[in-house]
Amino acid sequence: MKLGNTIKISFRALRRNKMRSILTALGIIIGVAAVIAMVSIGNGAKSQMESQIASLGDNVILVFAGNWSPGGVRSGWGGAGTLKIDDALAIKREIPSVVAVSPEVRGGAQLTAGGENWSTGNLLGESADYLDIRHWPLAEGAGFTEQDIRTASKVAIIGQTIATQLYGDDSPVGKILRIKNVPFLVTGVLTPKGLNLMGQDQDDIVVLPYTSAMKRVTGGTNLRGINVQGSKETDLATTKDQVVSVLRQRHKIGPQRDDDFTVRTQEEIAKVATAQTDVMTALLGAIASVSLFVGGIGIMNIMLVSVTERTREIGIRMAVGAHGKDILLQFLIEAAALSSSGGVIGIILGIAASKIVSGMTGWPSLISVSSIVLSFLVSSAVGIFFGFYPARKAAQLDPIEALRFE
Amino acid sequence: MGTVIQLEGIHKVYHTGEVDVRAVRGVSLDIAKGEFVALMGASGSGKSTLMNILGCLDRPTKGRYLLDGKDVSGLDRNELADIRNQKLGFVFQSFNLLSRTSALENVELPLFYSKKPFAAHRAREMAESSLQLVGLSGRADHHPSQLSGGQQQRVAIARALINQPEVLFADEATGNLDSRTSIEIMEVFQKLNDQGITIVIVTHELDIARYARRNIILRDGQVLSDEPVAERLHAVEELKKLIEAQQAVQLEP
Repeated sequence: MKLGNTIKISFRALRRNKMRSILTALGIIIGVAAVIAMVSIGNGAKSQMESQIASLGDNVILVFAGNWSPGGVRSGWGGAGTLKIDDALAIKREIPSVVAVSPEVRGGAQLTAGGENWSTGNLLGESADYLDIRHWPLAEGAGFTEQDIRTASKVAIIGQTIATQLYGDDSPVGKILRIKNVPFLVTGVLTPKGLNLMGQDQDDIVVLPYTSAMKRVTGGTNLRGINVQGSKETDLATTKDQVVSVLRQRHKIGPQRDDDFTVRTQEEIAKVATAQTDVMTALLGAIASVSLFVGGIGIMNIMLVSVTERTREIGIRMAVGAHGKDILLQFLIEAAALSSSGGVIGIILGIAASKIVSGMTGWPSLISVSSIVLSFLVSSAVGIFFGFYPARKAAQLDPIEALRFE
Repeated sequence: MGTVIQLEGIHKVYHTGEVDVRAVRGVSLDIAKGEFVALMGASGSGKSTLMNILGCLDRPTKGRYLLDGKDVSGLDRNELADIRNQKLGFVFQSFNLLSRTSALENVELPLFYSKKPFAAHRAREMAESSLQLVGLSGRADHHPSQLSGGQQQRVAIARALINQPEVLFADEATGNLDSRTSIEIMEVFQKLNDQGITIVIVTHELDIARYARRNIILRDGQVLSDEPVAERLHAVEELKKLIEAQQAVQLEP
């Protein structure tokens, strides 16, 4: 028997019950569309997360004050007050593979310029190397220098949002920015970065020399953290270990005691973040897979009905010489045709749905070829899996009884 | 003439619940090539069971069945299916055509399950000539629902003939038809038999059996009598008589 003919027969049977075929396929269509849409949104989130982490800079190691360990009491990032400027300088001085460090303090402040005012929570005090470490170029103007750090000059670099809010269309470079009423000279404007994954505006930022920030804005001498840039030639993990041992030594922490600081490399941060989005993607995919499974049960149900309805047809085919496997194949192809055509439509709908969702909500979506191929294969497999039982039932019918069936 | 069918002590026992039903109890008979046999008997006589065994739809519990010299009593499901496909043709009481499928495609159906593949145009030619044999060449594209009962049965006969079977089986083939159409169908059978095709029909109607050449009567699963038909009816003549009689009725005022 020719396979082509069997396929023809199967499709003809599906065409005869158009409405039923469409409704049955709908279960698969919705299932596949859901899987495609959910996974592409999940992948989109992941890829955005990755690009965010890449924007941290190259070979970056972040040191935070306080121990960030699961369990125990925590004082929040940088709240422990254990890092000092000297720690940062020691890291730079004692570890050869450290290229640059930027001690970091952070605070919020009311900003005014001319008649406008603006409140920001992202007032950073950094070293002159900060922009290099973060790979964050200036859109215009210039950064501050070592000289500015030493003298705690009243200079500031601002983000795009603050530039627009306070200066409108004018260039802020060379203008005065009042921070808590202390006048600072704006020397540069950062290139815009947009929103981060949490929806926070990364351009709502003011960067000052850390000495100026400590003296004029945040007060005190405690650092929130230290940005460290390792050299490309040395393994980042090695550099990290050296940072840890330098700090332990300086803080006089005994062998059995926990660190009073936390060190994370860029890769570790990336790993945690992508693990989160992976979990999210898997969860969304799993929920969507349930509907695919339900669609499969729908196929099984209809195929069972179809086998009963067509018992006599099966009897006739057997009487004129059809083997059990011919009948099996006929019904299997029918089930597979239902589910795989549902799969194709579902893929198209799923792509459309993910585009619409990301268009409406602004969430990124990333449709991968592998998820399309996979969901097509899975939908076909669902048809074959759920079609097998009814098809086998048909193939095992006794021709005499099948012919007598009313 | 050689022997096509040879039954030796055929038994068939059904196990239904606690009671064993012995439907056929030791039937032995030979049917030669070119014969036209009518298998008769009341319901419960075992004629349908014997027919299913003869038609290779069922296997005997005991005994030997030689079809065309080959023992088929021990074959498995698939081998029996191949025998049905290659050597036997079936006509049923309820026509058993595939609905919403043209007459031509219904006739082609056995070729579809044939071991040797047929080119589409070759299958079409064979189906057309088979339809011609039963006088339905003009109706090839009609669906069963567009055909009368007699025409549907002719399509079924054409389907049974397409593989040029050794034996043509008809199980109560005229049971659903009126008397005139029944005679027309018997005319087709007689014509085919005259061309040398072996035919076995099952019927409970005496006058239908008289169109055959040999009558075998079964009772309680055994052969009661087996003799040639003494006064054989010829469908062509009977049809003529019937038409005349019907006209006479219509002519009367």
